[in-house]
Amino acid sequence: MQKEENNTRRDFLKKLSLGVGGSVVALSACNSPQFDDFLQKNFKTLSKEDIDEIVLNLEKKYTEKYGKQFSVSGKPAIDDTLFGYALDLSRCVGCRKCVYACVDENNQSRDPQIHWIKVLQMEKEKGIDFAHADVHYNPELVPEEGRFYVPVACQQCANPPCVKVCPAQATWQESDGIVVVDYNWCIGCRYCMAACPYGARNFNWSEPNEPDEEINPITHYLGNRPRPKGVVEKCTFCIQRVREGKYPSCVEICPTGSRKFGNLLDPESEIRYILENKRVLVLKAELNTQPNFFYFFGV
Amino acid sequence: MKLFQFFIGSIRIIFKGGKGYYSWLALLIIMLIWGVGGYINQLQEGLGVTNMSDSVSWAFYIGNFTFLVGVAAAAIMLVIPAYIYNWKPIKEIVIFGELLAITAVIMSIGFIVVDIGVPVKFWHMLPLIGTMNFPDSILAWDFFALGVYFLINLFVATYLLYCLFIKKEYNKSIVLPLILLSIPAAIAIHTITAFLFNAIPARPFWNSALLAPRFLASAFCSGPAILIILFQILQKTTKFEIKKEAIWTIAELMVYAMFIYLFFTIAEFFKEFYSDTEHLVYWKYLLFGIGENKELVPYSWLSIIMGTVAFVLFLIPRTRKNFITLNIGAVLIYFSVYIEKGLALIIPGFTPDVLGQIYVYTPSMDEIRTTVLIFSAGFLLFTFMLKIAISIIFNNYSIDELKQKK
Repeated sequence: MQKEENNTRRDFLKKLSLGVGGSVVALSACNSPQFDDFLQKNFKTLSKEDIDEIVLNLEKKYTEKYGKQFSVSGKPAIDDTLFGYALDLSRCVGCRKCVYACVDENNQSRDPQIHWIKVLQMEKEKGIDFAHADVHYNPELVPEEGRFYVPVACQQCANPPCVKVCPAQATWQESDGIVVVDYNWCIGCRYCMAACPYGARNFNWSEPNEPDEEINPITHYLGNRPRPKGVVEKCTFCIQRVREGKYPSCVEICPTGSRKFGNLLDPESEIRYILENKRVLVLKAELNTQPNFFYFFGV
Repeated sequence: MKLFQFFIGSIRIIFKGGKGYYSWLALLIIMLIWGVGGYINQLQEGLGVTNMSDSVSWAFYIGNFTFLVGVAAAAIMLVIPAYIYNWKPIKEIVIFGELLAITAVIMSIGFIVVDIGVPVKFWHMLPLIGTMNFPDSILAWDFFALGVYFLINLFVATYLLYCLFIKKEYNKSIVLPLILLSIPAAIAIHTITAFLFNAIPARPFWNSALLAPRFLASAFCSGPAILIILFQILQKTTKFEIKKEAIWTIAELMVYAMFIYLFFTIAEFFKEFYSDTEHLVYWKYLLFGIGENKELVPYSWLSIIMGTVAFVLFLIPRTRKNFITLNIGAVLIYFSVYIEKGLALIIPGFTPDVLGQIYVYTPSMDEIRTTVLIFSAGFLLFTFMLKIAISIIFNNYSIDELKQKK
């Protein structure tokens, strides 16, 4: 009995090893780009060489797909930089130019429609009160009598609840304060969306759609490169611009100059001037998310 | 080798059955096929075929997941009296509770898989091959707890049936510690599942310390309700035997659970309504609707009324011991908890959303079909496991029968 059992066990192991060996051969033969993509590791854990290679492959892929010369940057955070944002509530007129500039710059899906910036219309006599806010206001002319406007996008919190809950570490905060998502690593569980108190995260419920001619080909891996369906995306302060020393596109487009941006670690910066000389507030301060996005009343 | 024969024997027995058995299987398979269509749609088009949105970003799937974790946890309801107090009439049925737990865990994980955007990348949240966010993410904890609970139950149930099958005494020093471990594990899975929602300050509707206790109490109502009904069906249709006293004991334990559940819910209501802060808006949406938006109102009241009637039926000894009223009560409490977890727990957490906007959510046809897929697959699996267990425990189906045929 003992012998027989041993025999069958050896037999079984032999078959098993053959099977495993066979599938390894089959797997290594399958060297398609899709398979590389499937096996790609978390961006956070990659070496510089790996990143360079991945970024190059993506450039090739996107250039082919969209018929435009694409650049995909993998540029890391700049030292001694902590990006901060300030928005002047007394100047904002609710024109939503920032919303659409953001859509164009960051390649957000047109249908289904994704907006990283939501502008809330609030009643002056109620103050900042989300319960009575309206995101779908649609008058012929803004601003409306008795109303003011609170644009909300990612607050790039120093204590980000979205990062804490992500089961796969697919979203994290870079040293310059920007909270990013690795679209290749995100599994689409949407826990971060449940955790975000600002509605700052959007999910690609279907294949994102954008006319090829409107695609912005200057991209960053962690920012505005084209996204697949089934993953979460969010505002990155235009990571592809700000790491090159430019302003986010919402800052550039704003016709009233309500949007201010800069390096919080630079004492000479405009953002530091605002923090020193204006009284600022953050949204939902009681949740201790510690945003690097401030609101103030400039006039 | 004998283990192999156990598997062969198990597979053989699931194909043996009368007309009733086969029509039940056929019904489940038809439902399964109908459901698969919905899921294929979803795989092709993305989660856009659901009615979820950036505002209501979790909904019916996650509600079902939560409900089923509760059902799985409730298996301990039977384990406690059977093993701790060594109370005889209940002991032989513990194995059926464990089988229910195994099925419910598989189904709950099924609901997570259909809910995530990129299911093939599920492994990203695993340790070693992925980058699991442990200990920060409660989802990582939940995955661990569910996995451990699943393995314990799978092992114990398989091992006990296997020993019976090969006509060997089971080793008590292996089984007992595992069963004892399954008790805290059961509490853990449902507590951690509650913590998933609980520790999100962005959603005041869930951010109450009573959430986990309420989860446990409600699970101890719905899980045993399934078993009470199931045992009676099995007794009528198979050689399965159970004493009346065992069912009454389960029912009695359910009354305590129902009372605690009711008490916690009233405590929550009081705190929210008397405080009357801005957080009341979610409860208002659930119970009365906000303006034109009253989508959940009929369901929430249906759940409350069914739960209350069930409580009364179970509380009065005469109706508890009458099998007609007992069964009515069991069905009522099951659906009461199902609605509460499936619709009334998740959706008001997102309505209105964090920016105060109301997006109406009701499940889409593809969501319902995918749900039917998981439920029919789960029922099919459960039927097969029951078939094996009943044959081995009550029909003396054993290794000898395999040998005779050779």
